[in-house]
Amino acid sequence: MASFVHRIEVHYSKDPREKTRTERIRALGFGIDVLQLVDVYTIATVKRDLLPAELDEIGARLTNPVVQDFVVDEATHALFDYAIEIGFLPGVTDNVGTTARQMVEDYLGITFGEGEMVSFSSLYLVRGRLSPEALAQLPATLANPLINRVSTKTRQEYGETGMDRIIPEVRLHEIPAAGIVDLSLPDEDLLRLGKEGISDPQTGQRRGPLALDLAQLHAIRNYFDRAGRKPTDVEIESLAQTWSEHCKHTIFASAMDDDVPKGLYKSFIQAATNEIRAEKGDRDICVTVFTDNSGAIVFDDEYLVTHKVETHNSPSALDPFGGALTGIVGVNRDTIGFGLGAKPCINVYGFCVGDPASEPALYRGRDRKNPIISPRQILDGVVRGVGVGGNCSGIPTPQGFCWFDNRYAGKPLVFAGTVGVMPREHNGQNLFEKKAEPGDLIVMMGGRVGKDGIHGATFSSEALDPNSPVTAVQIGDPITQKKFSDVLVKEARDLGLYRSITDNGAGGLSCSVAEMAKECNGCHVELDRVPLKYPGMAPWEIWISESQERMTLAVSPEKSAELIDLCARRGVEATLIGKFTGTGRCVVEYGGKTVMDIELAFLHDGLPKKHLVTRQAPVAEPAVGPLPPCPDQLGDTLAAMIGRRNICSTEFVTIQYDHTVQGGHVLGPVQGKGRVQSVATLTKVVPGSKRAVGLSQALFPSYAELDPYRMAGAAIDLAIRGLVATGISPESIALLDNFCWCSSDEPERLWQLKEAARGCYDYAKAFGTPFISGKDSMFNDFSGYDAENNRVKISVPPTLLISSIGIHSDVTKAVSLDAKISGDLVYVIGTTEEELAGSEYFAFLGAGGSTVPCLDAAAARVRYLRLSDAIAHELVSSAYPVGHGGIGVALAKVAIAGRLGMDITLPGALRPDIFLFSETLGRFVVTVAPDHKRAFEQALGADALLLGTTGGSRLRVTGRTFLFEQEIATLEKAYKSSFGGF
Amino acid sequence: MPSAHAPPSQRLIGEKALIMSGYGINSEMETREALFRAGMDAEIVHINDLIAKRVSISDYRLLVFPGGFSYGDDTGAGNAYANRVRNNLWDDLLEFLDGDNLVLGICNGFQILANLGLVPAFDRSYVREIALMPNRSGRLECRFVTIRPASDTIWTHGIVKILCPVSHGEGNLSCSAETLQEIKRNRQIAFTYCRDDLSPAGGEYPYNPNGSVEDIAGLTSKDGKVLGMMPHPERAMEFTNLYDWPLLKEQMRRSGERIPGESLNMAIFKNIVRYFE
Repeated sequence: MASFVHRIEVHYSKDPREKTRTERIRALGFGIDVLQLVDVYTIATVKRDLLPAELDEIGARLTNPVVQDFVVDEATHALFDYAIEIGFLPGVTDNVGTTARQMVEDYLGITFGEGEMVSFSSLYLVRGRLSPEALAQLPATLANPLINRVSTKTRQEYGETGMDRIIPEVRLHEIPAAGIVDLSLPDEDLLRLGKEGISDPQTGQRRGPLALDLAQLHAIRNYFDRAGRKPTDVEIESLAQTWSEHCKHTIFASAMDDDVPKGLYKSFIQAATNEIRAEKGDRDICVTVFTDNSGAIVFDDEYLVTHKVETHNSPSALDPFGGALTGIVGVNRDTIGFGLGAKPCINVYGFCVGDPASEPALYRGRDRKNPIISPRQILDGVVRGVGVGGNCSGIPTPQGFCWFDNRYAGKPLVFAGTVGVMPREHNGQNLFEKKAEPGDLIVMMGGRVGKDGIHGATFSSEALDPNSPVTAVQIGDPITQKKFSDVLVKEARDLGLYRSITDNGAGGLSCSVAEMAKECNGCHVELDRVPLKYPGMAPWEIWISESQERMTLAVSPEKSAELIDLCARRGVEATLIGKFTGTGRCVVEYGGKTVMDIELAFLHDGLPKKHLVTRQAPVAEPAVGPLPPCPDQLGDTLAAMIGRRNICSTEFVTIQYDHTVQGGHVLGPVQGKGRVQSVATLTKVVPGSKRAVGLSQALFPSYAELDPYRMAGAAIDLAIRGLVATGISPESIALLDNFCWCSSDEPERLWQLKEAARGCYDYAKAFGTPFISGKDSMFNDFSGYDAENNRVKISVPPTLLISSIGIHSDVTKAVSLDAKISGDLVYVIGTTEEELAGSEYFAFLGAGGSTVPCLDAAAARVRYLRLSDAIAHELVSSAYPVGHGGIGVALAKVAIAGRLGMDITLPGALRPDIFLFSETLGRFVVTVAPDHKRAFEQALGADALLLGTTGGSRLRVTGRTFLFEQEIATLEKAYKSSFGGF
Repeated sequence: MPSAHAPPSQRLIGEKALIMSGYGINSEMETREALFRAGMDAEIVHINDLIAKRVSISDYRLLVFPGGFSYGDDTGAGNAYANRVRNNLWDDLLEFLDGDNLVLGICNGFQILANLGLVPAFDRSYVREIALMPNRSGRLECRFVTIRPASDTIWTHGIVKILCPVSHGEGNLSCSAETLQEIKRNRQIAFTYCRDDLSPAGGEYPYNPNGSVEDIAGLTSKDGKVLGMMPHPERAMEFTNLYDWPLLKEQMRRSGERIPGESLNMAIFKNIVRYFE
């Protein structure tokens, strides 16, 4: 209990951000005059009070005297009408508070003890008259009730004394011991146990979802019946984590119908990879697939690169900033936890959200309780979260996308991925292999354990509903992670200080330790040793907590002192928490008692098998009708198309993300004088090498319910084609799959899933591009209420994100997307069909009919080999893969990027608008110097169709007769204005 | 700290650089690479190893505070790391500054130098005279900028312009009118943000990406031996790291010019090496 509390308030004498901050709040509809910001540090000590001189000195250290002032234990004086202070709730990660505490400790030469802390809060001083409703709503735009505390005062209430001194101290009154769970219950009670969790003996409240179904609970009951005892709560919670859909991917692993007895993963994803690797033989690019925390391919003779893409959807729905931040720093750990530790070198992102201009009135509870966060606020939060995570970690974030569809309003999708790089061997040891040995010590490294993130894995395996646990929300601490990341991949790994490593993600220690225990066949953990953020946690909570920024290592006893000493010198906490064994059991001790003792075989493989049944879903055809006539003003149609949310520039995201750190920028997220967003990026990851890593991503959610098989083909094709356009050969490309599905207990949705997985197999095989890693998230549904208490369910469209990674063999020959020189020839590579179902053009027109693009992948592969070869021979000046919006949009983007006009003649048969906006796959727009005409046409053969030349300031398009001309500057404005003010 | 790769075999001068690391500094590897390529050996040293006296600053001639997000920019960018230096290494640092040595701070390093008072350092009292405030946009800006030297210094000698990335949330240089007067009188402005044609940015976004007074992008100490700059020359060492290299390459090829391998940005690091040679 804190005895002495002081408050230091810091403010700018003239805040440079004041104007933009005020404008952003005004843009959200609050008629305020000015929004000032004061930084507040509340310092609580127990052992002794701080002297006034010390507080003055601390204040000075928290302030820049050139531009800031501070007050100690006084109210900041300013001209305002309302004061709103936003701090964190007890136990929520407070990074600024932690830094301030370290500064105070460093200055005073002391270490803060229990109950002592510095907490940070933001005091907003609002000038302007607000209606009572607006005043009530304003804090909601500045704070999130799940993680923040808010106190509001009028100027009068603020008076001379200002705001109150509040210390967000965690106080727990739990009995820190394991409980016994009785599973001898009727099925309906068992079901409730699985759905709502174990009933807490003290409070009588349910502890939150286990996400265990009846068959699983029966299997657990049978196991403990055979063992002749009742399970502990630690054991039940642990099994729930390990068996969760999130961890075990039961839907992808289960038999499906009669034709997929081995399940989707083995039959379609793994099989494609295995068969491709076998066919390629010596040319196989894979190093590690599916088994480790990331997948890995060969970079060159010396290095390998890893890639992994994760989703963090459910947490981002509740706290967009914290959810996205945790997502990106979490997947960074999948890199650090690959092999013996790869260095994170590129981040990627993807956000699927509702239209930010919409404000759907949806609630998790009845009577307008617990409203969802608006799409605009979700977008702002997730954009900021991934940015802070990557920027603070020193990892460039060049590649990513935003996708908008109102079916993401209930649950956004947040994709976060990381590429890593590591030498293939060091001191004669393969760094991509690892193995814990019996007798090795278990070391937990990084942050401490608190109640944050409890039931994250089981919760994300369920749809979001009123009972979604708030402790599932976490906030990342990238600096804590950066510190141990540097120790591991820049020092300890090459010193050989540990034998195995994995990250703590879903399920926390319960999953990381038990997973590593497979390597040596057993583990013995002493939970009392685990460092905690605050006292009073129950053993089951310590075991499954998902508190962020932690790794688990296997360290041989003779190396442990050196490792722990090194960590101490780097300001990293590393603690011995037990031992790996060879007993075949996972044993956990707490307070001198065994609280868990389960056979590893049951823990990992005792999960009852399922047999899933699918039913063909009806095609969700949008209103079928006659094709509307070709618009008269096609130039205006093109301008409207290029301004559509899913086509236009989202550069406001790009510039917030550091994409040049580590010095590897080659082809970035925006290209050309006109700054157009690229489909693929190219980044050097090994200094001195000519090689670079190409990354791209593609998704076609609008095709999903029309033809899920072709949707998968489209995503695979565009992800590959993006890389080919930079000059990467299809031979060196690998893929990652992220399935984000909905209602995956419905046979129709499972049928769509099966079709998409079948498409993955067929197209990956046809292109010869193996899958190296993947992840699925199966219940992206929102169930709640509208304003009139009607039950509402919103499901995301079945979404398959395909990410591609490829190695460019010589960056000096890479090409960007922008048209460069006046007089160059403009080609489209690949034929165009009338394929408009699910297209951006039909969405724009509100039209239906036509078909989803269907690709001849074998022919496309030959075309891609030829084009990458032509690029390697420097015959091509620019290349762009035709994607959403078709050739019209692609031509406009290439022209805008080069700020260079084009004179284009459309070929014969198709109606002009159909030729311009059809989304036929397999195509590129390229520009070629006239000198290279013959060589280029020879190289590409019949696939190259000459459309015209570059030059002037307009895009001029002719069909049989003149069609339109449009100033490039006008198109550029249309391309860039949709997200003005973001 | 072990190297991520073998340095290119080339002649290195005898003097060595110390590159600070730890607590969220993140550009130490590419900074070392840039110095290697210019011809200077460099070691990355964790600040705690200096505090524990496992390594001594006096063994080096160049001290570099590289870019990064030390302490996550909490309590003001560079502030917490500067406090750690001031609390634990101040005497060693003063001794180093008194010798014939150089100090370079890039981005977060500049913010640390500003908080330590090492720039503009009108005298040896090292008080804070300038602030690198949050960008006017209120968020991080990552983009390529053009900067040009504003005076002939050890660091800028022979440079016409540099095209390199900025990536910071707090680079908006502010100081009192008197301080600005004195900085200008002493010719301490090393680099200013400018347009492509080298005309002044005039505070206009995005040429001046943060709102910095007088378009200041870099500043030296009065004695010229300390340079702090927001842009990152070490992030674009090669021609193919530049924003517009694909266009430049195409133009050069058609006019028969040789395509360079290195970028102009290496000139800063070569100037450092030249100073010690």
